[in-house]
Amino acid sequence: MKKNWPLWEIFVRSKNGLEHRHFGSLHASDAEMALENARDVYTRRNEGVSIWVVESKNITASNPDDNGELFEPAQDKVYRHPTFYELPDDVKHM
Amino acid sequence: MSEHEVKKLEEIFEARIARDEKIEPKDWMPEKYRKTHIRQMSQHAHSEIVGMLPEGNWITRAPSLRRKAALLAKVQDEAGHGLYLYSACETLGVSRDELFEQLHSGKAKYSSIFNYPTVTWADMGAIGWLVDGAAIINQVPLCNTSFGPYARAMVRVCKEESFHQRQGYEIMLTLCKGSEEQKEMAQDALNRWWWPSLMMLGPTDAESVHTEQSMKWKLKRKSNDELRQQFIDQTVPQADILGLTIPDPDLKWNEETGHYDFGEIDWDEFWQVVKGHGPCNKERMKARVDAWENGAWVRDAAMAHAEKKQKNLKEAI
Repeated sequence: MKKNWPLWEIFVRSKNGLEHRHFGSLHASDAEMALENARDVYTRRNEGVSIWVVESKNITASNPDDNGELFEPAQDKVYRHPTFYELPDDVKHM
Repeated sequence: MSEHEVKKLEEIFEARIARDEKIEPKDWMPEKYRKTHIRQMSQHAHSEIVGMLPEGNWITRAPSLRRKAALLAKVQDEAGHGLYLYSACETLGVSRDELFEQLHSGKAKYSSIFNYPTVTWADMGAIGWLVDGAAIINQVPLCNTSFGPYARAMVRVCKEESFHQRQGYEIMLTLCKGSEEQKEMAQDALNRWWWPSLMMLGPTDAESVHTEQSMKWKLKRKSNDELRQQFIDQTVPQADILGLTIPDPDLKWNEETGHYDFGEIDWDEFWQVVKGHGPCNKERMKARVDAWENGAWVRDAAMAHAEKKQKNLKEAI
């Protein structure tokens, strides 16, 4: 009976004020080990001040095949952008 | 899917790459693209991992604490680079275990340069200077390759690698400024590593089977011969500063081409090493397989511990 270490996704905050960003993934037996390994694999040169680890199987991802129905409707809604509205040049602070 | 449909998808795919769009793991891709990427990324990862062995040989015998700390950091980086690349490779649906199995069984290759022995301390200098130098030339164009996870891993690798070459050159510089014996040691290391470093950039264009397809997919931006010429052109002046002689009697500056002409490479030796008959192929693979097998009980124990903790946690609730 052999079980492989699960895969974890690693998110690192590079400095306070910035969000955690996906840095990559690694294998570890549990969350604690994933944190320790992430520190060695992804932050050897002061790349971070905080690490999140999430087991990969817990992430639900959208399917690129659905990109049309998911993201295309936003393309023809130009009225969601400020430049859609034409105002005279002498209107200030808007 | 019909043949016609696949062909149409392939055309859309190739057009995306031609537009410099990145391909991400869940996107549709031709089977050949997937296989080629698994092969190249895993070879690259294996090279990083096996590449730790020749240098590991000198960590405990580095001549000063400064050198030891630097070498240790370099070897640790190589482990890290191997891990970035294995993870990038796994996004294509191959498991870490399969990748290790391919390495250990000899099915997957790694860079042939790591099958040469490191017999003196000067080899640490020559490897950093020449081997990492050649690797950087190979790797920089990959930061723009079409497969997203590979490109992202390479950006990180390239950023970290420039210290590797500088620390190697500094070792050579120190030896060359030292005693007569130390300078001889540096020259001897250059003599042994020069030709294998040129071979590291791959077979000549005429012999290279994957070049055309790889260029299309941006797995390659320049041909092996172009990269080799670039390496020679930038390395010869560095050897001059060290006061060392490149072991090639045919090496000569060519005013007309603006490049160095160089002598014939012994490709028989290259293919011998690739096929497993280099000086250290067996030793390297044995070290890898031993590390994997002797570590099995640790991996199993960690997994058992994690499962037990999970179970206790559930029962407590």
